[in-house]
Amino acid sequence: MSEPRTLFDKIWTSHVVDRSQDGTCLLYIDRHLVHEVTSPQAFEGLRNAGRTVRRVDAALAVPDHNVPTTDRAAGIDDPESRLQVETLMENCEEFGIQCFAMDDMRQGIVHIIGPEQGFTLPGMTIVCGDSHTSTHGAFGALAFGIGTSEVEHVLATQTLLQAPAKNMRITVEGERGDGVTAKDVILAIIGKIGTAGGTGHVIEYAGSTIAALSMEERMTVCNMSIEAGARAGLIAPDDTTFDYLAGRPLAPKGAVWEQAVAHWRTLPSDEGAHYHCEESLDAAEIAPQVSWGTSPEQVAPITGTVPDPKEQSNPAHRAALERALEYMGLEAGAKLTDVAVDHVFIGSCTNGRIEDLRAAAALAKGRKVADTVTAMVVPGSGLVKEQAEEEGLDKVFLEAGFQWREPGCSMCLAMNADKLEPKERCASTSNRNFEGRQGRGGRTHLVSPQMAVAAAVAGHLADVREMA
Amino acid sequence: MEKFTTLTGIAAPLAVENVDTDMIIPKQFLKTIKRTGLGGGLFYEHRFDEQGKEIEDFVLNRAAYREAKILVTGENFGCGSSREHAPWALLDFGIRCIIAPSFADIFHNNCFKNGILPITLPRDEMDKLMEDAERGANATLTVDLEAQTIMGPDGGSISFEIDPFNKQCLLEGHDDIALTLKRKDKIEAFEADQKHSQPWQWTERMQEGGKQ
Repeated sequence: MSEPRTLFDKIWTSHVVDRSQDGTCLLYIDRHLVHEVTSPQAFEGLRNAGRTVRRVDAALAVPDHNVPTTDRAAGIDDPESRLQVETLMENCEEFGIQCFAMDDMRQGIVHIIGPEQGFTLPGMTIVCGDSHTSTHGAFGALAFGIGTSEVEHVLATQTLLQAPAKNMRITVEGERGDGVTAKDVILAIIGKIGTAGGTGHVIEYAGSTIAALSMEERMTVCNMSIEAGARAGLIAPDDTTFDYLAGRPLAPKGAVWEQAVAHWRTLPSDEGAHYHCEESLDAAEIAPQVSWGTSPEQVAPITGTVPDPKEQSNPAHRAALERALEYMGLEAGAKLTDVAVDHVFIGSCTNGRIEDLRAAAALAKGRKVADTVTAMVVPGSGLVKEQAEEEGLDKVFLEAGFQWREPGCSMCLAMNADKLEPKERCASTSNRNFEGRQGRGGRTHLVSPQMAVAAAVAGHLADVREMA
Repeated sequence: MEKFTTLTGIAAPLAVENVDTDMIIPKQFLKTIKRTGLGGGLFYEHRFDEQGKEIEDFVLNRAAYREAKILVTGENFGCGSSREHAPWALLDFGIRCIIAPSFADIFHNNCFKNGILPITLPRDEMDKLMEDAERGANATLTVDLEAQTIMGPDGGSISFEIDPFNKQCLLEGHDDIALTLKRKDKIEAFEADQKHSQPWQWTERMQEGGKQ
């Protein structure tokens, strides 16, 4: 009998092209997603060295970070954003890579379109010059973010030089309570293990709570693995995964599909496989979460209060906490439900998929966004937008007073025109509450789509479970 | 990539934990299509106020540290976004070595691709270096990668660990891609095998390629 192996071990060993004496591996990369922000210097590097793209068929490109979410007919106003998007289009044309242009129905956030197209499949190695590539781990694919030099390396060689990661397992058991979403589960996990809790590791999410998640919920969980410092997140592929993928444009068909599924069923971790590190959570103990600080680990249940730095014995932690509260304009001990918000943002690669929009619309229906709040919904892709409109979700949002926008990264990182002004406060379904993330001086509270609607309606952070 | 052998320079103290790459280089500087010229954007929202005026007490604006080549900082440095603009900005400013108790993975990787040496040290040694760095213009350190040592202003020496592969890459200033392309035969053999064992990876669309 061979040693029991984890899902990560299986994917890793099946992609090692060559191993050096010191353990560094040349790892084969099956799929490469490309966007406009982290690729121009990589293409320039190829050009300067006279190199070509090894597998144009294994790459898929899309502009997402810089695209306007308002009417696009006139193109992009900002000259730098426009140049970056045009540069992507030109590079893809020159090197022969398929790119979904801004006016293509399939355009959207890179981590939404990969799964949507069936470009993402179980057991693969997938990279992108973007840290939220961890999203694709929801399919049982080893997916991680890389820098631009590595983007160039993958384009030229279809491989990466990597040292193996360690295995970490986070088990979540039991049924989630009312109003508790996948976003709350991952925020609670990050709150527990910290923003560096997964450094050097690939996190496998396991347990009954995780197995019961839909694909879209699994993507929300894996998406934020990087916020726990992990190289990647993984969830074992199962029937939920295969049902989601069947019939997608780039998924295999017919006999090859059957062969693929048979292989994918061998991927889940073996009984008794070794993990370097384990954590567990009880789903029943997780309440709807909200971040109060400037790191994704600074989260609390919505029923909680802003923590007091004085209770921190470690001086470095205390200083970090004081700084966070000052930036966020919050007083220690304040009730989170008393914190008024100016903006609500629903979207991003964390929560911009159709199920997110359905859940948000179900709560928004028949309610009104508070007069003091500007709220926007940004679908994750053109296809998500189309589906939502077919279901009439756009009308629900518009009637409730939300703006209904074109797809893109938008206010998650505010590279386009969607941004906060200094001291403006936003309940956001995105993934990072760093200082300045949504605009210089802007204050971000990370929440689920349902909690975002609750905040929009109430005008302050609010407990979705108490919506009358 | 420029080689890294030894480096002597002023060490600037930035005693902050979880410095994220959004802080190192904010989004407005990511619109460039070049690798160069990002030094002006380094720690922008901490170095400059909303009018673009220098914020006097930020460490890199203080007279003693304007020429800093080394950054001494807190845990989990470089967390968050994968943007390689972060090491590009540090490099363009003149910083070629970062010393911290721990680093985020992607940033750590990106440093080695750009001739920047990230050094991880235990807490007690970090405390000592942070104290040294607080001494301003006298806070000159010498980092010797071959010997794996840091010489302090008082002549004391600290040794550090580094992965041998990464060490070699920095010492020799390798072009990773050229090295990997020498292993082309192995990549081709892997692909031939995968086409046979996992044909679904090589579906019709995939084999046809994207935009032919």
